Amino acid sequence: MAKRDLLSMDDLTRDDVELLLDTADSFLPILHRDIKKVPTLRGRTIINLFYESSTRTLASFELAGKRLSADVMNVKASGSSVDKGESLKDTTLTLSAYAPDIIVIRHPQAGAGGLVSRYTDASVINAGDGKHQHPSQCLLDLFTVRQTIGRELDGKSVFIVGDVLHSRVARSDIVGFQLMGMDVTLVAPPTLIPRDVESLGVRVTHDLADLGQADIVYLLRMQLERQQPGANFIPSLREYAALYGMTRERLRTGQKVMHPGPINRGIEISAAVADDPDTLIEQQVESGLAVRMAILYRTIVGMDEGEDEEDEE
Amino acid sequence: MTQRLWSAAGQGADLLIRGARVVDPQTGVDDQRDVLIADGRVAKVARKIAAAKGIRVVDGGERIVLPGFVDLHAHFRVPGREDEEDLETASAAAAAGGYVAAFGMANTDPVVDTASVLRSLAERAAAQATIPLGFWASVTRKLAGEQLSEMWELADAGAVGFSDDGRPLPTALLARRALQYAKVSGRPVAVHGQDDSLTADGVMHEGAVSARLGLAGMPAIAESLDVARAVEIAVYEGARLHVCHVSTPETLDHIRRGRGAGAALTCEVTPHHLTLTDETVTSLDPNFKMNPPLRPESYRRALVEGLADGTIDCVATDHAPHARHEKEVPFEAAAFGTIGLETAFAVVHDVCVLGGDLSLAIVAERMSQAPARIAGVEVPAIRAGALANLCLVDPQRTWTVDRATLQSRSDNSAWYGRTLTGKVVLTVAAGRLAWEDLG
Repeated sequence: MAKRDLLSMDDLTRDDVELLLDTADSFLPILHRDIKKVPTLRGRTIINLFYESSTRTLASFELAGKRLSADVMNVKASGSSVDKGESLKDTTLTLSAYAPDIIVIRHPQAGAGGLVSRYTDASVINAGDGKHQHPSQCLLDLFTVRQTIGRELDGKSVFIVGDVLHSRVARSDIVGFQLMGMDVTLVAPPTLIPRDVESLGVRVTHDLADLGQADIVYLLRMQLERQQPGANFIPSLREYAALYGMTRERLRTGQKVMHPGPINRGIEISAAVADDPDTLIEQQVESGLAVRMAILYRTIVGMDEGEDEEDEE
Repeated sequence: MTQRLWSAAGQGADLLIRGARVVDPQTGVDDQRDVLIADGRVAKVARKIAAAKGIRVVDGGERIVLPGFVDLHAHFRVPGREDEEDLETASAAAAAGGYVAAFGMANTDPVVDTASVLRSLAERAAAQATIPLGFWASVTRKLAGEQLSEMWELADAGAVGFSDDGRPLPTALLARRALQYAKVSGRPVAVHGQDDSLTADGVMHEGAVSARLGLAGMPAIAESLDVARAVEIAVYEGARLHVCHVSTPETLDHIRRGRGAGAALTCEVTPHHLTLTDETVTSLDPNFKMNPPLRPESYRRALVEGLADGTIDCVATDHAPHARHEKEVPFEAAAFGTIGLETAFAVVHDVCVLGGDLSLAIVAERMSQAPARIAGVEVPAIRAGALANLCLVDPQRTWTVDRATLQSRSDNSAWYGRTLTGKVVLTVAAGRLAWEDLG
């Protein structure tokens, strides 16, 4: 049987997504038990191979594996043979010698997951490749949305606000939200919107005038490290905040605010909004754990809906 | 709409202009009319209006009423060089030239690169200006060509648009970013087309005259190459671009091509490029030192034709006051530029209208209504109900441009000592009688 990878939201059908989210639903109660561990993936090996710094994604995948009783190993680029110039291919071959079931990879360049997959028998989960895709983030976002506004997402509106140009989260979420039937609007200055992005079926605006239409307001992190002198994506953080920063005044009661984190308080999100009950950032983190458990589980046991996977082997 | 013009409060004019020829492309009128102005508004335009008791009557005679002129491109020298000009003298000079609105460029000291500088200018204009003045903000901070100014906030404070006039945008990337980001502000970016690497030490047009005089030349391609780049970027980004002081036929070709490709392009030409050539530089008089430089006669003809056929949207003065000590030096050491607000109509009339190349209707459109539309301000029109923004010109009056009588604080005029036919004899700007010299 061909191994199962999760490299891009484009690989999933709506049914796949529904199944993954339903699976995550079934894992959710575990997270609230006293004993937060099930034996489902006992004896399985998961390697988290991270070429970029990450707090929540790495922690979330690590904990998800451990909750399912898998053996989890984290390999970070710094302080490893990668520092010594080892290629991604060779690192993959080396780690594959341990016969892992899953390699979770985060890498600063697009397509790294696909490359790893070519050189390993393990299933590969893309935990972020360059500015390309971040499917587990998208799934946890969809899970959070479903939990908050219900399973019927057709025709609901999401406004993705901020630096779409550099965002793998946006590229995954555009696909994911649309897969669930939602209308996607991108809001940013023209400098931070990819050219011809309308071809993905999204609407683009440069101001928040229509924000009232949004059921979900999805804020992207202003990537401060990219705002180098001469880059000129924006004149200043101050002006960005004035134009696009999410404040309570700009939101209608009941509009839900999401953000993949880490947030920049006072830039894309005001402290008041960040701390508001209608803001789902903490729920996204909790969803992240359940959804990543579901991803690991379904990657190993398969996408059959039956609950008899224990007998499969 | 955000306010973009400021002037001192004044008494609304009450005036009956009797029997003048009214030329207004906006209303389509070109005929003898009486024009009644009451409390600063055009109250009535008709063949015959009875004079109310006590109202001042100005005899139209052979004179012509035109919509008041709008200058998209002036240098007020405020803040920083008030020794050369200030908002009071600039607006007085503009009023004397028939202008009812003028916009100052941002290359001041400090540069108009923050909303607070712009707001302080607006406040000063509201206290001192006899005609409405507005302001461009810089594209980049300190005009350094590096970091974009806060365009949205500047537009919100009333900037008419963005320009690093006096300097080109140094890289295609910066030009692109500026044109992209300016969309957020809804205002145009105006470029000074010049490839610096080609103009280096140039002081005049590169050609036969510079060859004879031994002066370093500024080749025409230095302008057209840079404009071509900006136009291509504007087409690619679907952005609104205004090209300052065009001076070569190739520049016009690029603009035509860009428009053909659907870009929202506008451009301006100065009175001096319409009426003077590089032959004048033979005198080595620094008042003929401009940037872009005066060009040969064939270029001048192309510009006049471009203005007539609409390739060029408008006339803008590039009014550039300089202290005497910056002009009373050898040509090569002198500052670039000429003042132009007070003489713009007169020279265009003298050379282009009397020369048979431009009609008065075209002059009215290109000096008044087209630039008003580009600036996004109320288009001057001689129509009942409109705010009175008009001027009365005497097409037969001859006068000599004289240092002693010019309103500008500076006297670096390229027409100094020249006798011109045609003069603005009365200006009503924003309802206020701002200038009269009925003779």
